[in-house]
Amino acid sequence: MSLWLELVLILVGIGLLAFALRFVGRAATGQAPYFRDMPFGVAFGYVFGAAAVLWGIWFYFQDNATFFRWAVQGFAGFAVAAYLFRLLGRSVGTQRTRKLFRGMPLTASFGILIILIYALVAIFAGAIAPYGQEEILGQANIVPGGDVAFGGNPEFPLGTDQIGRDILSRLIYGAQNTVGIAFATTCLAFFLGGTFGFLAATLGGWLDQVLSRSVDVLMAIPALIFALLLMTIASVWASKLGVPLTVFMVLIIAVIDSTRVFRLSRAVGQSIVVMDYIEAAKLRGEGLGYLIFREILPNATAPLLAEFGLRFCFVFLTIASLSFLGVGIQPPLADWGTMVRDLSQFINFAAFAPRVASAPLLAAGAIALLTVAVNFVVDWMLHKSSGLKE
Amino acid sequence: MEGTGNLSGVFRIILQRLLLGLLTLLIVSIVIFVAVNLLPGDFAQAILGQGATPEAIASIRAGLGLDQPMYVRYFTWLAGAVQGDLGTSFAQANFASFAGTDAASGMSSVAQQIAPRFQNTMFLAGVTAAIAVPISITLGVLAALYRNSVFDRAANIFTLSSISSPEFFLAYILILLLAVLNPILPSLSSIYEGMGFGERLEKTLLPALTLTLVVTAHMMRMTRAAIINLLASPYIEMARLKGLSPLRVIVVHALPNALAPIINVIALNLAYLITGVVVVEVVFVYPGIGQLFVDSVKIRDIPVVQASCLIFAGAYILLNLLADIMSILSNPRLRHPK
Repeated sequence: MSLWLELVLILVGIGLLAFALRFVGRAATGQAPYFRDMPFGVAFGYVFGAAAVLWGIWFYFQDNATFFRWAVQGFAGFAVAAYLFRLLGRSVGTQRTRKLFRGMPLTASFGILIILIYALVAIFAGAIAPYGQEEILGQANIVPGGDVAFGGNPEFPLGTDQIGRDILSRLIYGAQNTVGIAFATTCLAFFLGGTFGFLAATLGGWLDQVLSRSVDVLMAIPALIFALLLMTIASVWASKLGVPLTVFMVLIIAVIDSTRVFRLSRAVGQSIVVMDYIEAAKLRGEGLGYLIFREILPNATAPLLAEFGLRFCFVFLTIASLSFLGVGIQPPLADWGTMVRDLSQFINFAAFAPRVASAPLLAAGAIALLTVAVNFVVDWMLHKSSGLKE
Repeated sequence: MEGTGNLSGVFRIILQRLLLGLLTLLIVSIVIFVAVNLLPGDFAQAILGQGATPEAIASIRAGLGLDQPMYVRYFTWLAGAVQGDLGTSFAQANFASFAGTDAASGMSSVAQQIAPRFQNTMFLAGVTAAIAVPISITLGVLAALYRNSVFDRAANIFTLSSISSPEFFLAYILILLLAVLNPILPSLSSIYEGMGFGERLEKTLLPALTLTLVVTAHMMRMTRAAIINLLASPYIEMARLKGLSPLRVIVVHALPNALAPIINVIALNLAYLITGVVVVEVVFVYPGIGQLFVDSVKIRDIPVVQASCLIFAGAYILLNLLADIMSILSNPRLRHPK
């Protein structure tokens, strides 16, 4: 209970300091309007923020703050990298891309940078990774960190897993497998959802009714739950037919997610179909394919692109969750979700061997970093296209 | 006279929504049942194994009614489910329980397995909601009040990051911070019958905090957006011109009008909790329905999978329905039609 008492005391202290700040500010500036009209909440916020920053600086230099130091260094490193990347984007490239980079917030340039890095790692995984993803290297359970005193080995900077596969290589191949499969699934979901959505919007009538009502029903079941149910059934079929379970997973998640894409593309399509230029195209006697691909699709790109980013995050997280639960991407393919589950016990060593505990967090962090990056970019795109200023 | 007219109008809308929800649930139950019946082989083959004689399989099929056509089995299952009888779990069923030697102890009904775990999950969701809802509304109001300030930007980055992180990442970060580095809370939620409320709360707190992080972000962003949407309205301008403080303008004038979207998003997030609960329960070994579901998926215990799926879908539909009804009730224009 003393912990709670401490917390209350700290809050009361900050409150008193906030009063003092406002009072001193008023006295020192001779009732300047800024201090005179300052609500207590704002003063509290300033003191609270200052206290948090001071505590952070103090804690940074403590001995047991390894994780905090890594977090701060990582955050600062990414911020600097994003800043430099934005500078680079402003000075290199065509007129249009330079203009794009000029109005870009730091979060968006961070997102683009991370997505680029992931794409490069995924494409060149075979060249970057020191070992193969399925290669069993004889030495199992080498501790991450490469510190011989703890049982590490400098040849395996992140150690090896229970059966002796290099964790660093598997992390790198994980980019190829996890991100690649998620990307393929999202594309499939968009192909299905987009096609049916636009068809429903242009044709209308009973087709629209049938599709929309079935999508309503499918959306009434929570996505992860439905995916788990279908994966149970698929796992039996997969072993019976000899098809990898991963193929079934891609199909199942694509179908479940295409319902969300269907909703959006139907709504977007319907608002486009009533336009005059569609009427003109119909009067010219254009076919259905021309209408969908040459008239509707180009005008629906902006919302669909933003949705693609969000859907990708969602699919990526669903696949990672399924793999984490043990029914997603199957071994021997390296995959981040499975790695987190397999390595999760290492967390318990965090107090005395921080490097050891970092292995599962790296895999989980790799997932989080990409989704955060995509979300930042989508957020910026939506903000830009909506023209919101406040 | 007019009052009763209004009331019946609202009631009619709500009744319509309720019936629609019930219909959805019915169709969902059909979807689940048909999906499960796509499995090759059946229960009888599954428990008897490869070397079973056709006679043995036939007798078990007849005993469980598996020889009936699919629609008959569906209605039997549905009738049972409505009365709380969700069938028999495969995991505890074995040959002995069917040969009659061990009829009483070998069979474990799905309802028996699910009932205590359902309570645990409800407790977890309740604790999460009790923490998350006040925090997210407060933070949302503050972010709207100090929009575009450092606080707002920091909150924006923080919430975007926590929305987009997988649940297990947040869970392990919290375990790292609050259970391993600073041993304040237990990292495993071992919950058993007859546990005191305080102890139970302590064991539930870490999973609840993880779920709080997941849902708070979304609720807070929506609260902020709903309030900011209203700030351009003439009555807000009026309130400002009267010289009211910004906090009062937002809490007294904007918040009540933003209530409909906020309540909606709260209900939707509670529905989202249902999905999030699965992963979080597995991480913390919390004995809830989500963990049971995942375990049953792994051992292909179809009746349990089917029943948990139905419960999850039911809760999801119910919460979405609640969101609908609450937003109707909180809209004065619908309550007092002209």
